[in-house]
Amino acid sequence: MIKKGEWVRIHKTILTPAERAPQVPEDTRNVPLEMWDKGFLQSDANIGDEVRIETVTGRMETGTLIEVNPYYEHNFGKFVPELLVIDKQVTEIVFGGGK
Amino acid sequence: MMKANDYNSVMARKAEIMLKSVGIDYSKFESGSIAFDYEKMMRETGYSLEEMQNIQYSVGVGNTPVLELKNLTELVRKCAPAGKGARIFMKDEASNPSGSFKARRAANSVYHAKRLGFKGVVTATSGNYGAAVASQAAINGLKCIVVQECYDSRGVGQPEIVEKARKCEALGAEVVQLSVGPELFYKFLLLLEETGYFNASLYTPFGIAGVETLGYEISMQFREKYGKDPDVVVCTNAGGGNMTGTARGLMKAGASSRLIAASVNLAGLHMASDGQFNKKSFTTGHTGFGMPFASWPDRSDVPRSAARPLRYMERYVTVAQGEVFYITEVLARLEGLEKGPAGNTALAAAFSLAQEMDQDQTIIVSETEYTGAGKHIQPQLSFARDNGIKIFFGDPVDEVPGKNIILPSHPSLIKARDVDLVHMRKSLIKTAVNTYKVEPTEEDIAFLAEETNSCVEFVKDALKSIK
Repeated sequence: MIKKGEWVRIHKTILTPAERAPQVPEDTRNVPLEMWDKGFLQSDANIGDEVRIETVTGRMETGTLIEVNPYYEHNFGKFVPELLVIDKQVTEIVFGGGK
Repeated sequence: MMKANDYNSVMARKAEIMLKSVGIDYSKFESGSIAFDYEKMMRETGYSLEEMQNIQYSVGVGNTPVLELKNLTELVRKCAPAGKGARIFMKDEASNPSGSFKARRAANSVYHAKRLGFKGVVTATSGNYGAAVASQAAINGLKCIVVQECYDSRGVGQPEIVEKARKCEALGAEVVQLSVGPELFYKFLLLLEETGYFNASLYTPFGIAGVETLGYEISMQFREKYGKDPDVVVCTNAGGGNMTGTARGLMKAGASSRLIAASVNLAGLHMASDGQFNKKSFTTGHTGFGMPFASWPDRSDVPRSAARPLRYMERYVTVAQGEVFYITEVLARLEGLEKGPAGNTALAAAFSLAQEMDQDQTIIVSETEYTGAGKHIQPQLSFARDNGIKIFFGDPVDEVPGKNIILPSHPSLIKARDVDLVHMRKSLIKTAVNTYKVEPTEEDIAFLAEETNSCVEFVKDALKSIK
């Protein structure tokens, strides 16, 4: 059970595939327009429940509860060996062979 | 009575919502035909250069350093014909409070919103502008909502956009994240209507005029340090605001620098495609925005865009994704400057353009942007590889956006490639006629000559070929 007042993330479908704008390409028209937002949970709930939240601007938004205390996991990615090749090449051109 | 909130009903209320949320009656500047009075719009709804400087400098925006890239210039000269290789400079706009030149646009928009009594601002952007508005809203005590296109239908977020969401939240904004699609605008309108907040559009006169200080500073800093204006100014081009504002600022300084726009070539990728969304490694500064906005500016979220880049650019060049990534790494390794890749689009172009110029000439890139997790060459390349994009060394001319990223096997292979501006000018004229469905008046023809940075004869010839 996630308590009222906890900081949570919700998910919601804004437009179903049938409601999408006529100009969108086919692959986009086959999927819904989805939304994610964060806020304070307005009543006790479980993950997967339909809930109301109050966002940081004081707006009320509804959606499916998907995460409590959401956090970011983006990072600096996996090692890209090509970058070291570039480094070696340009330093040699500008500063010489490093001997 | 409750208003209907389905897609068509909301889009039908667009004009009414816009008028309330921007506070500009655009009809005052219309001629009733193709032409509208652009300069009057900029004069009556914007701010003077001095007012903008005061607004921006009071919140720590602007007065960013100009950096000379001496080692990069050395590398240019190793690749250039004898006697060629202009000195390369960059305006370090990453030093602005939110880490990009967008702080200039946001400072003016948020100041204006506050002056008009709005309690908050809403902006639709997946770019650096979101953090810029969030930062300015924070300092002005206004609420802020940023609406961004972030995920594909698998729920996979572009790392660069995820980072921008984090930054907006860190600066106090509510970030409404959406999956791929132009109907983002529908949610944006709903939010404006629900909150009654100001539309901090990228394309209002005050937003664009905010960039004029950038061009003006470039001229003043160059004159003070080097005794002359830069010979060439290169701007990364997406929606056209950077090019337009920088050019207008340079003109206000009386500078006659040549202006060149640069975009990352994403030809063949559809910007509204769910499947292709995460196949591109640049979320801004690319041809997917740059080309359509230059050839028809009035496709933005306001009735008349103040960003009209075709009026100002003398050349428009593209560079490949692999070239921008390469130059981003070179900037770190040779100059000790780690910057976000998208802002280095113009730098990759400048590296090539400098080789056409004499050694006593100067070329400046108008911006840098901040870097961090997600918004950095390594996570972008790593993400591309995870999404099936092949990354290898070769000749970037062979790069196919969405399929591969070709890092130049030697820096001499970095080549800015010219966009056909004559074609683009004709395209703008054609779209104008098809949009307004009128017989162009003399006023329209003069207007179109200004819009396309051409002349009355060129417009008349183009009109003949349409018929």
